[in-house]
Amino acid sequence: MKKLVQRLGWPGTIALAVVVLFAAAAILAPWIAPYPAQGAGAPNVAAKLQPPSAAYWLGTDHLGRDILSRILYATRVSLTNGVLIVAFSLLIGLPVGLAAGYFGGWIDEALMRGTDVFLAFPALLLAVLMAAALGPGFLNSIIAVAVTWWPWYARLARAEVLVLRGQPYVEAARLAGVSHPRIIVRHILPATGRPLTVQAALDVGPALLTAAALSFLGLGVLPPTADWGQMVDAGRKFFPARWWYSAMPGMTIFLVALAFSVLGDALRDRKGGAARASA
Amino acid sequence: MELLRYILRRTVLSAFVVVGVTFLVFVVAQVVPSDPAALYAGPRPTAEQIEKARQELNLDAPLPARFATFATAMASGDFGISYKSRRLIAQDLRAYLPATLELAVFSTGLALLIGIPLGVVAAARQGRWPDRIGSFGSIAAVAMPTFFLAMILQLVFAQWLGVLPLSGRLSREISISAPLPMVTGFNMIDALLAGRLDAFGDAFAHLILPALTLASYPAGVAMRLTRSAMIEILERRHVVAARALGLSEPRILFGHALPNAMGPALTVIGLSFAYALTGAVLVEIIFAWPGLGRYVSEAILAKDFPVIAAVTMVVTICYVVMNLLIDIAQALVDPRVALS
Repeated sequence: MKKLVQRLGWPGTIALAVVVLFAAAAILAPWIAPYPAQGAGAPNVAAKLQPPSAAYWLGTDHLGRDILSRILYATRVSLTNGVLIVAFSLLIGLPVGLAAGYFGGWIDEALMRGTDVFLAFPALLLAVLMAAALGPGFLNSIIAVAVTWWPWYARLARAEVLVLRGQPYVEAARLAGVSHPRIIVRHILPATGRPLTVQAALDVGPALLTAAALSFLGLGVLPPTADWGQMVDAGRKFFPARWWYSAMPGMTIFLVALAFSVLGDALRDRKGGAARASA
Repeated sequence: MELLRYILRRTVLSAFVVVGVTFLVFVVAQVVPSDPAALYAGPRPTAEQIEKARQELNLDAPLPARFATFATAMASGDFGISYKSRRLIAQDLRAYLPATLELAVFSTGLALLIGIPLGVVAAARQGRWPDRIGSFGSIAAVAMPTFFLAMILQLVFAQWLGVLPLSGRLSREISISAPLPMVTGFNMIDALLAGRLDAFGDAFAHLILPALTLASYPAGVAMRLTRSAMIEILERRHVVAARALGLSEPRILFGHALPNAMGPALTVIGLSFAYALTGAVLVEIIFAWPGLGRYVSEAILAKDFPVIAAVTMVVTICYVVMNLLIDIAQALVDPRVALS
């Protein structure tokens, strides 16, 4: 514990705790939610739009469902969303970046100019276009965001490979007659993988912000499943008179994204890496 | 000479990117959706109506031919007609684009106006509470969901304090009773051209909340960049000399140090403009701002692909051109950029 605080500083440690807490809440939602059935979507019309009280800590929504339970269940969707977006993006971006950096020449040129095209779009707009084409839904919205997200990893991976390519151990492997695919997979990937995974873990915050925006626009999961962005949107019809409906999930998004952002800052301060803009 | 070559190369690359963007939009808008003809034919179409729509949309032609048609249409500014309203999309864009640009320009200005002075103060009080609050604020600005911030601002300034309008671009007293003649499409400029100070003030008041929402994130970035640039410059000799001469602190900070720390400003302008174009989708819905963002969000609900494609194209081209101009401006200000 003391070591952790030393490494991350107090803000970083608290941020890490918040992230871990939410991850635990997502896993344990059915057991810790005060009203698990309502969390999963069962209506409770006797208690529509009630303000926060002892029975409903964060109030109820337009179908009388306990907002705390809904948020806990939504945490499963939203966190999974963030993690999968980053995972899918790595899955596309990493091979592209590895190939571009390792082979260089026209392969590099072609792959990176292709990457530039994806980066030329305002990210949210491309995601919206993509999500609209695929139709709403959990998996589709993840693919839609990943399409705008992978070029960053392609660039990062390429930059890492450019450094590694000239390393003596890689040259030695080449001279020993090891094939290109094997060098990439066995010798370069393990070395690029680590810094990239750290970056990716921190990107879960911005990724779930984008996913929340998409689902706020009605392009995310379909009811009765909820995620945070969708809840904020659903509460908008009752805002500001029933402010808690939108405000509680809104605050949740802010809190989790803030935790990721503070954590990222704490790690960056340690390593002096470059900051990166996200939409 | 180097500079000229740099500018030329960047321009050619941007042109290439625009072609790529057109191709990608074509693929996503025309190839991915399962059946554009059924959407085009309207609600509950018959088999013949769908067949007719297929022909009208040229869906049976081979893909390269369809792309060629799509690209030529886009290049000539012919975005087709909306599936839903059956209106010419180009006409709609002419009405909505200025509204979005007005918001983007205004929020960019606001971001610089808030972020730069805060960055200066944070640098001057490095490590003390103004710096800490500022740093936390800039991190919080990144984490705040745009749509939620918009709602909070509405709640505080329109609902509770009642000092600013809740939504829209103009009050009804002006937009209906005494409308402005549309010249540029920028309400504030049109109001000045018409000599209508009441409309000018009204348009300004309507702009503040949506622009503030869009300015929060870039203002945070502007603050961070200005702060780090200022910290470095405050140690330089000319600043030390100014101190030794007994100049006042504000004069040292804003007169002698800040002008040398303006490099990041260009970066922030680009970033802020881009953020405003993207965030417009979310902010315009909440503030009922009649711009491209609201236009496209309505099109999403109706699966109106020509509209979504057109807006994506137009906004992305604005974005590419803006980035090109910023790169060129940066090279002009600092010729070393062209050499790297």
